[in-house]
Amino acid sequence: MKKAIALFSLTAAIAASSQAGAVQVTLACGTVGQELQLCKDGAARWAKKTGNTVKIFESPNLTNDRLGLYQQQLAAKSDAIDVYQLDIIWPGLLAQHFVDLKGKVPAAEVNAHFKGIIDADTVDGKLVALPWFTDAGLLYYRTDLLKKYGYNAAPKTWTELATMAKKIQDGEKKANSTFTGFVWQGKNYEGLTCDALEWLVSFGGGTIVDNTGKITVNNPNAAKAIDTAASWVKSISPAGVTTYGEEEARGIFQSGNAAFMRNWPYAWALGQSPDSKVKGKIGVAPLPSGGNGNAATLGGWNLGVSMYSKNQAAAIDLVRYLTGAEEQKIRAVEAAYNPTRPALYKDQAVLKANPFFGSLLDVFTSAVARPSGPTKLKYNQVSQAFSGAVSDVLNGKSTGTAAVKKLETDLARIKGRGW
Amino acid sequence: MTVNAPAKPPTAPPAPKQKRVRGIEGARAWQAFWLLLPTLIAIALVAGFPLYRTIFFSVQEANLTTPGQATYVGLQNFWFTTAEGIGLGFLQDPQWWQAVRNTLTFTVVSVFLETVFGMIVALVVNSAFRGRAFLRTAMLVPWAIPTVVSAQMWAYMYNDSFGLIGQGVLGGQALLADPSSAIWALIAVDVWKTTSFMALLILAGLQSLPGDMYEAADMDGASKWTQFWRLTLPLLRPALLVALVFRSLDALRVFDIMYVMLGANDAASTSMTGYARQQLIDNQLLGVGSAVSVAIFIIIMAIVVAYVTAFRVKFD
Repeated sequence: MKKAIALFSLTAAIAASSQAGAVQVTLACGTVGQELQLCKDGAARWAKKTGNTVKIFESPNLTNDRLGLYQQQLAAKSDAIDVYQLDIIWPGLLAQHFVDLKGKVPAAEVNAHFKGIIDADTVDGKLVALPWFTDAGLLYYRTDLLKKYGYNAAPKTWTELATMAKKIQDGEKKANSTFTGFVWQGKNYEGLTCDALEWLVSFGGGTIVDNTGKITVNNPNAAKAIDTAASWVKSISPAGVTTYGEEEARGIFQSGNAAFMRNWPYAWALGQSPDSKVKGKIGVAPLPSGGNGNAATLGGWNLGVSMYSKNQAAAIDLVRYLTGAEEQKIRAVEAAYNPTRPALYKDQAVLKANPFFGSLLDVFTSAVARPSGPTKLKYNQVSQAFSGAVSDVLNGKSTGTAAVKKLETDLARIKGRGW
Repeated sequence: MTVNAPAKPPTAPPAPKQKRVRGIEGARAWQAFWLLLPTLIAIALVAGFPLYRTIFFSVQEANLTTPGQATYVGLQNFWFTTAEGIGLGFLQDPQWWQAVRNTLTFTVVSVFLETVFGMIVALVVNSAFRGRAFLRTAMLVPWAIPTVVSAQMWAYMYNDSFGLIGQGVLGGQALLADPSSAIWALIAVDVWKTTSFMALLILAGLQSLPGDMYEAADMDGASKWTQFWRLTLPLLRPALLVALVFRSLDALRVFDIMYVMLGANDAASTSMTGYARQQLIDNQLLGVGSAVSVAIFIIIMAIVVAYVTAFRVKFD
């Protein structure tokens, strides 16, 4: 009997060790800002802890390009990537390709994240991914310049922002001809959808498509919101703002050439880095209101395990490690990536590195979701039509009223027989 | 091979069997067939099969993530109006027609400019002067740089806040931001890049022109201008037309310049291929995307046929 037990345990030990030992997991990381380095560091910590190796797959910078690449991999049922980094708007689109983490991850661990994000990651009862970091649009401003021009607080409304930006820009232009008032994401891509949704909501113009799937964008408030943004181009924002993504805007702000910037939280840590020209001169505030309160678009990234992965157990372990409290804390402290665990917003080290996290907790928790839920598989088309329409207004090819009217027709066309 | 071929038959046929004589020709044909077979298989695999799949999916409603679940819908991907009067086919999408218009503008203008500039460059490097060899090599540099790289390079140059052209020359104008000026900026990049290719093809044509013809023309007192219009241009016609067809085809299926310089969404309203990519990849509409690809194939085919018949181009 003893012999049998010994033999059994020995086989079990061998089986366990062969399962746990020396697998290689491929992780697809984003490359915006410090993302890639953080991703590599986190993966390395896990690898060291478990003895596995992690291969890093560098993804394209723009989220649209990334999706196209991932979809090709997934449609081909490729096992080349085990862990994917998923945008908050993708779970509905890609759910079928991902392992259901429900049951494979303890419920307590799942519930430690913001409920809203877990909801967004859950498609038809299946937990597609675990939240890695969350995002919401923020207003960055130059504290030194506000003071220099006699302002003591960040603007509360878009009108205020325009006035302040104009005054500062006019003053600063005398010494620096490339100085500009306000930079944001005006390029025709997903980033513009995020920016423009914030304008819409803050003006009371709705969320393009409402939760029941009804197209609501054709309304005067939405038109006014887009017209307002168009009035910034070539006045307080450079003409080229309609070609900027996140990194172009950050480049200008961080080199000291802009008074205000709309961007995600990741820009904070980079702006405070030693080589930044605006280190110690940055303030962060909620985005201004258009009369209906301030609004921030919910962004953020999640980690999911591919169904076609050959090392699912190890991949799930990597996901649990990277989304864990310890790793999220490191990311928050080092690079201002917002944790998805409410508990970390009370953590002293996190608050010391990101003083605005505590006061802007509301912005993060009540961020507005893009209509990816109701529009399901067609979200990308909806988003393209929307950013295209906004882009036309920004470029002076159309007016807000005409654009939302045409957009309504386009969206009806995309909706076709239903979302 | 071709030199030896006529010499062999007389010596080769031995008397015994009459059949063998024809067998040599037959064997050669078979040999040629076997030699060609790998190529034919390769073409069938890399060109035939994808083409078949594209045409197959163009009449299916299919999603890129689940190509297995395609259902036959006939020509609905091209044209379909719902009961509510909403047009769902891509031919009913204004953005597609915008892409077609822009692609045609791009093709006509850029190919015209490239031909004119290419001709000038070719005439210059064809005449004898010191440093000609260097110049002939140097002119190929833009052509040698991969389009993706040169497009990114130009995008930086056009940038309104730090670009050599955008900031330096135009003083902060954002050419790429405005779609109506962006198309001209894109044409400029294409002309910069492919003029040298055009020049190379035309130069090859110029080199084949007999020099004594010009000597005779000089003797007869024809001016250089007359020589160009009456001798060079007519004789250059075959080479020029082949070059034109090649460049037009390239320009019609232009993709990378738009995609790199404008981004995925704006590329979709500036080039037909960008539109196809957007439908297929971004929107996951495998059926519609394939239908668009078929349409592009037909458009390009029609233009080639028109070219070849109208100008009687000979490719040999």
